[in-house]
Amino acid sequence: MNDYKTPLDVKAIRADFPILDQEVRPGVPLVYLDNAATSQKPLSVIETMNDYYRRYNSNVHRGIHKLSEQATDAYENARKRIARFINAASFREIIYTRNTTESINLVAWSWGRANIRQGDVIISTEMEHHSNIVPWQILAQQTGAELRFVPLTEEGLLDMAAFHAMLDERVKLVTVTHMSNVVGTIQPVREMAEAAHAVGALILVDGAQSAPHVPVDVRAMDCDFFAFSGHKMLGPTGIGILYGKRAVLEAMPPFLAGGDMIKRVELSGAVWNDLPYKFEAGTPSIAEAIGLGAAIDYLEKVGLEAIHQHEIAITAYALDRLAEVPGMRVLGPADANLRGGLAAMVMADHHPHDIAEILNYEGVAVRAGHHCAMPLHQRYGVVASTRASFYLYNDFEEVDRLIAALYKARERLAF
Amino acid sequence: MDDLYRELILDHYRNPRQKGLLSPADIDYEDDNPVCGDHIHLTIQLDENNVVKAVGWEGQGCAISQASASMLYETLVGKSLEELRSVSKEDVLEMLGITLGPVRLKCALLSLKVLKAGAYGLTAWPGEDEEE
Repeated sequence: MNDYKTPLDVKAIRADFPILDQEVRPGVPLVYLDNAATSQKPLSVIETMNDYYRRYNSNVHRGIHKLSEQATDAYENARKRIARFINAASFREIIYTRNTTESINLVAWSWGRANIRQGDVIISTEMEHHSNIVPWQILAQQTGAELRFVPLTEEGLLDMAAFHAMLDERVKLVTVTHMSNVVGTIQPVREMAEAAHAVGALILVDGAQSAPHVPVDVRAMDCDFFAFSGHKMLGPTGIGILYGKRAVLEAMPPFLAGGDMIKRVELSGAVWNDLPYKFEAGTPSIAEAIGLGAAIDYLEKVGLEAIHQHEIAITAYALDRLAEVPGMRVLGPADANLRGGLAAMVMADHHPHDIAEILNYEGVAVRAGHHCAMPLHQRYGVVASTRASFYLYNDFEEVDRLIAALYKARERLAF
Repeated sequence: MDDLYRELILDHYRNPRQKGLLSPADIDYEDDNPVCGDHIHLTIQLDENNVVKAVGWEGQGCAISQASASMLYETLVGKSLEELRSVSKEDVLEMLGITLGPVRLKCALLSLKVLKAGAYGLTAWPGEDEEE
């Protein structure tokens, strides 16, 4: 463990996550390495949500009584903190959704249906999560638009030459993941935004995997849309965010319709509410939004830059140790600086389900399958992989446990 | 877990019985579990009384899916077509002798799905693929 330096006091952090302190079976402590699927929650987030339900639960926005004002304050205050977290210009550019998938669908249905015509082009990539492929396939079918996919290099990077070659004045949208949930690759989104804007296209960045793990600045990126989920960044499930540039959001028709997203309703029609409420219909996930605010407070206290450095160290250590395991192939770049804190593994002769099963027996929680990225797996000639994904509360000893468990799996399944 | 990968299952995974497709075959069906890549292709020869004369299969995938196929298909010779059609999910699970979560259940039952479809002379599983 020579070069692998972490700025974090992981032991202190783990004390905030009591769920990590358990045994999978007697004598076998849990090693939770499935953070790309969902993260654990610190006590402060859990307690904040319980406190809301205990003390001031109430519907938001139009109540005139004390509890309603408190709930509204907490809910809107969380929105403001989220705006600052990603350096959005205004809280009006932060829309609460259910998760990243819903955020992307909002853009596809609301912006896409109003702006995409037959003959237009949308650019996605081979490495996308299904949530950033399927909505565009549907939109393309509905409108007669063309969907193009930026290919990947053998190493798991976007073929940027191919990307630039694909851009012409027919392109209306570029949609790309900031950080892949399988190969971990971090995309040069600033460069891609400039290129997209140069041909008159917008850019949507899928930040589900990046927002929890690296500092995000949507204005520096200059993206038109940025989507992420609360549950991957220490927050509860059921809450996600869509950031959109104000001018773009103003021009878009609403997504879901009903209460709250209107200013006035008569039988003959309705007047939409201001941003961001135009895109928030019905009673929202109030406790969850407040919980996400608490999660962001926790992350900012630790520091996203420090978290990123920690993950580079852990991942570099993991990649070096994985390279020693016979028959092991890790998808994506070998350089821990070019990728996020995860490793999707393929072992010769051993099926990901069997590996994950034995790892589970050894206390190590990973995920096996296609991770909602079937085209990506097809590109690398495999159907499935076993993925370990790290976060701020994982330490080097846990990487050692992962490696030991992999050797056990090889032994058990050997021919 | 020693449960899940008990010696019997690992033995069938490492040394699957009756590998090799038969040609010609009276029953010929293949299917896969696209989520994880398990694949099984089953061929069966019947005698003039519709009793299983020979079984041959090919496949790849996780230990549970392949062991399940090897164990299940080993029991087929001498069975009638009716008996093939009445093999149940409970029979397969009892044969494997392990408790399975919902994800691995699909792995374990792929062999049964292929057997049933073949025994009923389907060309595709009802509800999936073509206009069957």
